[in-house]
Amino acid sequence: MLDTADFAARLREIIDAHLGLEGPLLPILHAVQHEWGHIPEPAIPQIAAALNLGRAEVHGVVSFYHDFRREPAGKLVLKLCAAEACQAQGGRDLARDVLKGLGLTDFGTTPDGKVTVERTFCLGLCACGPSAMVGDRPVAAAKAEDICREALA
Amino acid sequence: MKVYVPRDAAARGLGSDAVAQAVQREAEKRGLPLELVRNGTRGMVWLEPLVEIETQSGRTAFGPMTPEDVPALFEDITRHPKALGPVEEMPWFARQTRLTFARVGLIDPLSLQDYEAHGGLAGLRRALAMSGQAIVDEVKLSGLRGRGGAGFPTGIKWDTVRLAPAPQKYIVCNADEGDSGTFADRMLMEGDPFTLIEGMAIAGLAVGATRGYVYTRSEYPDAVAQMTEAIRIARAAGVLGPSLLGQGPAFDMEVRTGAGAYVCGEETSLLNSLEGKRGVVRAKPPLPAIEGLFGRPTVVNNVISLASVPWIMANGAQAYKDFGLGRSRGTIPLQIAGNVKQGGLFEAAFGLTLGEIVNDIGGGTRSGRPVKAVQVGGPLGAYFPVGKFDTPFGYEEFDGQGGLIGHAGVVIFDDSVDMLQQARFAMEFCAVESCGKCTPCRIGAVRGVETVDRIAQGDPTAMPLLVDLCETMRDGSLCALGGFTPYPVMSALTHFPDDFATAREAAE
Ligand SMILES: Cc1cc2nc3c(=O)[nH]c(=O)nc-3n(C[C@H](O)[C@H](O)[C@H](O)COP(=O)(O)O)c2cc1C
Ligand code: SF4
Ligand code: FES
Repeated sequence: MLDTADFAARLREIIDAHLGLEGPLLPILHAVQHEWGHIPEPAIPQIAAALNLGRAEVHGVVSFYHDFRREPAGKLVLKLCAAEACQAQGGRDLARDVLKGLGLTDFGTTPDGKVTVERTFCLGLCACGPSAMVGDRPVAAAKAEDICREALA
Repeated sequence: MKVYVPRDAAARGLGSDAVAQAVQREAEKRGLPLELVRNGTRGMVWLEPLVEIETQSGRTAFGPMTPEDVPALFEDITRHPKALGPVEEMPWFARQTRLTFARVGLIDPLSLQDYEAHGGLAGLRRALAMSGQAIVDEVKLSGLRGRGGAGFPTGIKWDTVRLAPAPQKYIVCNADEGDSGTFADRMLMEGDPFTLIEGMAIAGLAVGATRGYVYTRSEYPDAVAQMTEAIRIARAAGVLGPSLLGQGPAFDMEVRTGAGAYVCGEETSLLNSLEGKRGVVRAKPPLPAIEGLFGRPTVVNNVISLASVPWIMANGAQAYKDFGLGRSRGTIPLQIAGNVKQGGLFEAAFGLTLGEIVNDIGGGTRSGRPVKAVQVGGPLGAYFPVGKFDTPFGYEEFDGQGGLIGHAGVVIFDDSVDMLQQARFAMEFCAVESCGKCTPCRIGAVRGVETVDRIAQGDPTAMPLLVDLCETMRDGSLCALGGFTPYPVMSALTHFPDDFATAREAAE
């Protein structure tokens, strides 16, 4: 699906929409990930060519940043805060219970591809933790039961 | 009926969207005309969602609200079970000195009219009538130091950029706010974005820069959206654009989003990231002020540094300088977080002691258990024991106690915390977030995790190894990620030796 002409054309549109920016690579990568849920491998040579960069350089940038995925994520992405202020408020227990509730032994995607659980370091909700992001929605004073119920719904 | 329901991410996290919907539904049901303002937070996070209603005698607050509490807002509000009275009269709020955060939570964050009605743009208007040098002098005189962590005098940085000849200069706002326990940048961008825009415009005027970037985190989608919209509004109103307020030089700006790398908060890594490169730290010199973004002279300042400038320009440097302690002038937005009863954002003059912050303002732990440790200044900051609670909040004062104030995050832990685990986490965090440029950081942090694990398993030779490792990281790292990770590790080891000893004895 991703090597079709449609893909190349849509990617071209995304790139063109950003070419007027100073330093367009990160905005392009964000837009690509927004469109396809990850950075598809075939996107890399096309982006590199459009920006006059080497493929290795673009690869290097994609792999440097934790946000950029090489593989698609689950339909819902859960981010659990693992930083200190949340540790002080039961963050470690929250992570353990959410993973268990979703049948996972570690961070990652459920076998049915429905949910990806990731750890993140601080969401800026440190006075009302433990904190999580369910998709794009902040969840403070998070409870494992609520998060699992929503994720499995 | 005018009702304020915060859209701040912390308030949303605690359910303010559902409360706002309930307010709308109830008003509709009763056929009442409703003016709903989605304001920023007043900073009392433990009372969020905190709703305010405009009454004949002023605004009055209710919280923490649930949708079920909403119908009673339309009855006799004096008998509402969640009534708190006017925010300004609540002791936690009244004790503050709100300069930079004066408008946060008070105004509609995206109304330029509301902004101006509460003193907004006065600083920029004054600056427009001054020379670049005069603006820089004013900022120098105020004593303002960088709120991003290093505490470098803002006016001196600006002067370097001002005096650097170049066809293009930049103002870069560091809104990467990665430190655990901090949220001041986020609250300001969500609750009063025009203040940051005004601060950046004044910086542009002062140094002769015409372009600005706000580099913020992908973890802050609400702040990104709010800043982007505020910039659009400011541009449409002619505040920004080809001529500042229609009478000054050009200045325009945009928001850029990071991609989940803590190290990109370091200013040179941030510049690389803005340029579309890997966020690797650059060696200094050259200073960003001389060769910054795309090799041009660049001011890199934290959100709060820049957002403090409009108040200084509007009220005068001396008025700002009159607050504070020693060489720490003005106010600091303390962010009180972790296991705390009354957490949130508390802006005060420098000089409160750590004990006052934790016990009097924070009210101690939420769990009700004794406080054991307080980490100040984010993941690179030291853990303070209760024995150091008389340390006054100031740059030099914390430095003198083997710590740092960083971005002023104060994270409270009760006695259930295992400090060996916290030391391990500090090393792990450094290993995960290292940019990879220098060996002591990249490899040292990985060894650090292994070494702490050996201590936990009772290996008596591991303790001196950890101390050595910390010294190597401190002395051999290019930036503070590797260089300051020893602060949390060594402070845990020094002040809480039992947590390391028990682990050892248990294994023996
Ligand atoms: C690893 C690391 C992370 C940093 N993160 C931030 C940050 O998130 N925000 C910030 O303003 N400064 C951060 N800094 C400090 C910046 O390098 C720089 O000192 C600051 O942006 C200068 O602005 P100021 O003078 O207004 O504080 C960080 C430094 C290091 C070493
Ligand atoms: S100390 Fe770590 S993060 Fe800083 S430059 Fe060196 S490797 Fe990069
Ligand atoms: S530490 Fe978890 S939200 Fe900040």
